Amino acid sequence: MEFDALLLSRLQFAFVVAFHILFPAFTIGLAAFLAVCEGLWLKTGKEVFKRLYLHWVKIFALAFAMGVVSGVVMSYQFGTNWSVFSEITGSVMGPMLAYEVLTAFFLEATFLGVMLFGWQKVGRKLHFVATCAVAIGTTISAFWILAANSWMQTPAGFAIDPETGNFYATSFVEAIFNPSLPSRMAHMLLAAYTTTAAVVMAAGAYQVLKGRITEPTKWQLRMAGGTLAVLMPLQILAGHWSGEVAHEHQPAKIAVVEGWCETSEVQGTMVLAWPDDSECGHTGITIPNTSPLLFPSVPEGEELKGMDSFAREDRPPMWLIFYSFRIMVGAGLGMLAIGLWACFLWWRGKLDKRGLFHMAAVPAGAFGFLAVVTGWITAEVGRQPYTVYGHLRTVDSLSPVTAGQVATSLIVFMVVYAIIFTAGVVYMARIATRGFDDKPTDPATRERRAPGSPLGSVDDKAEEGDDIVAAE
Amino acid sequence: MDIDLPLIWALILAIGVMMYVLLDGFDLGVGIFTAIAKDEEERNMMTATVEPVWDGNETWLIIGGGGLFAAFPTAYAIIMPAFYLPVLIMLAALIFRGVAFEFRHKAVRKPTRLFWNGAFYGGSFTAALAQGIMLGGMVQGVRVEGGAFAGGTFDWLTPFTLLTGISVVIGYMLLGACWLVLKTENELHMKARKWARMALIGVAICFLAVSFATLSLDPSIGDRWGFSMSHIDPARFLPLAPVPLAGMALCLWLWRDLSMKPGALGSAPDWRPYLLAVGIFLSGYIGLGVSLFPFIVPYEVSVWEAAAADNALMLMLVGAVIMLPIILTYTAYVYSLFWGKVKPGDGYHAS
Repeated sequence: MEFDALLLSRLQFAFVVAFHILFPAFTIGLAAFLAVCEGLWLKTGKEVFKRLYLHWVKIFALAFAMGVVSGVVMSYQFGTNWSVFSEITGSVMGPMLAYEVLTAFFLEATFLGVMLFGWQKVGRKLHFVATCAVAIGTTISAFWILAANSWMQTPAGFAIDPETGNFYATSFVEAIFNPSLPSRMAHMLLAAYTTTAAVVMAAGAYQVLKGRITEPTKWQLRMAGGTLAVLMPLQILAGHWSGEVAHEHQPAKIAVVEGWCETSEVQGTMVLAWPDDSECGHTGITIPNTSPLLFPSVPEGEELKGMDSFAREDRPPMWLIFYSFRIMVGAGLGMLAIGLWACFLWWRGKLDKRGLFHMAAVPAGAFGFLAVVTGWITAEVGRQPYTVYGHLRTVDSLSPVTAGQVATSLIVFMVVYAIIFTAGVVYMARIATRGFDDKPTDPATRERRAPGSPLGSVDDKAEEGDDIVAAE
Repeated sequence: MDIDLPLIWALILAIGVMMYVLLDGFDLGVGIFTAIAKDEEERNMMTATVEPVWDGNETWLIIGGGGLFAAFPTAYAIIMPAFYLPVLIMLAALIFRGVAFEFRHKAVRKPTRLFWNGAFYGGSFTAALAQGIMLGGMVQGVRVEGGAFAGGTFDWLTPFTLLTGISVVIGYMLLGACWLVLKTENELHMKARKWARMALIGVAICFLAVSFATLSLDPSIGDRWGFSMSHIDPARFLPLAPVPLAGMALCLWLWRDLSMKPGALGSAPDWRPYLLAVGIFLSGYIGLGVSLFPFIVPYEVSVWEAAAADNALMLMLVGAVIMLPIILTYTAYVYSLFWGKVKPGDGYHAS
């Protein structure tokens, strides 16, 4: 493998986009959670929801900042490293990204200020409106980004200008609502909600393990457990729907995901695989004849294409996709199990008593992120060797950049992201695991302080008894 | 009726970039000044003046990147590879600065607090410098062959681009200091006035230096303003003369406002210095537009040559016409919400 500008650019894009997706996935879900908490507080007047809100909004502020800065990077990546792709697809994809900025990015970024710093500036209802604006903004943002990305997967509604070779839209409705958008949108939103629920669950479980069980902790566990138990089955259905759409439009991706070697009417499910000397290149453990069950929409007698139906240069690479997919499925099933387990304990009245469950739920907090990243690897590496599936090859999309430039930028991004990721995770974990002090209401002086504000956190540090940077 | 969509989009993009410069300009400027804050309390006051709004301000930068991609894909495809390294430097600086807003408050130990403080002012300075260098790189021109960037990795690094880089840093410092004049009181307020006067002197020098350097860069620019080696063509220069003259007049006016004691008879309200600084920026920006129009990749590709397909521009125009007024309205609303002086120890709750 040669580390040329192409490979380095692909690595860089994969790295910055994988890093970025962690934060939107978390903030989309967390914004919805915060809106629910604040809404419940306004409706029921129960202090516990306000405390949950003020607690999680601090984490939201950190995650959102990291999402914004890594998102700005994305809007420049296309041009710096994939300028040919940008020029060719700009007239189709550009408007979708422009609409994201116009309809979502400004909304979230502007109302975030009110959400974080407007606690005492605006009335309760208006503050709730700001929280909802941020939550809606993150969701609209996801819609446009997925529209653009799904168009790359299942391009529709466009034609190619014979003179310039550039793409132009023949129907923006078809291009935006391309075949894979609905299923992928459902899959991504559910991924965001369940990822956040797993994190909230893990933080609550950690507090239980540490014996810091307070009213908000209990609610936190119940809300997260209920969310996982309800949404994870839906998520499995959405994932399956997404797979069916991919099978229809990107059969090579599914052949690789499933490890199908030969085209056949009935296929099995390969659980594990390893390379061998056969013509196909791998062998493994297969549960036979599962395809009628897994792909019920495929009519009987229709062939399911295996890897032998595609020339080697038209096929995505196997191993990364094959195992990413299995890790995603495993992580998803793990989250389902945690959700059901939590609901079972809730029913038995044992959810707040420390036990095996809480030890399992803490590491499971990372399952959502793991599933999101491996799921995106499956989807995007599965799109290879194309940037616009079937129409524009990755190798023809690259900027006129040198390997030296890209190596430099890749190293810079890796170092920068390593620093801010470490710091961000430490700071977020510190807040998330701290628990809630068991005062029924906050003293008036503290209430006056904005959540996420430096003064708020000075107090928190004092509680923790860590050494504090004195205001010199 | 034919609408000149590329021209309209060039205007929208120009306004978007201007909004970015005027808004993120002041919060980057404030960021640079935090380097010389006397203590943490003062530094917190300074960051508190921009914390509620910086996210929205930086979003205008996405107009620069995303808008160029969407409306002028050909220009985007040339400019981004041409400025590969400065874009990288700018992004890295903005990342550090952006997370430092939050992280510096969360840092418990002194070394990490110092690190994030450094990331904040260092990132603010570096981002401003990189933006100024890219501006200079655009003005000096980009080498294009066969519709793609054909220059070298370091074409963007010349004495001229360093001059524009420093100019933008000082310009943002002026905006930042004027913003602090507006948002602070007492000791910090008086310091901000002094900082603003120093920055203003720098801006005036840079204004002249960059103007003359630009005129000598490319004969077509001098020609446009009516300057040539031997004489000045009044027919060309006079209609354009109000732009630089207004800039100079605004500099003098701002100097007067900043020098008067606050509260003295005839002294300016605290919002006026920022507004005058905006005026100075506008005059420079319009002057730049006159020099470069109609090129979007200077001296190589015009706005019409680089534009996206008409139906794409039309679709986006509909979105922009509906959404931009809404965005401006709620942005103004949020600014009004946080209007007023920031108080010590009560960062975000100025009355």
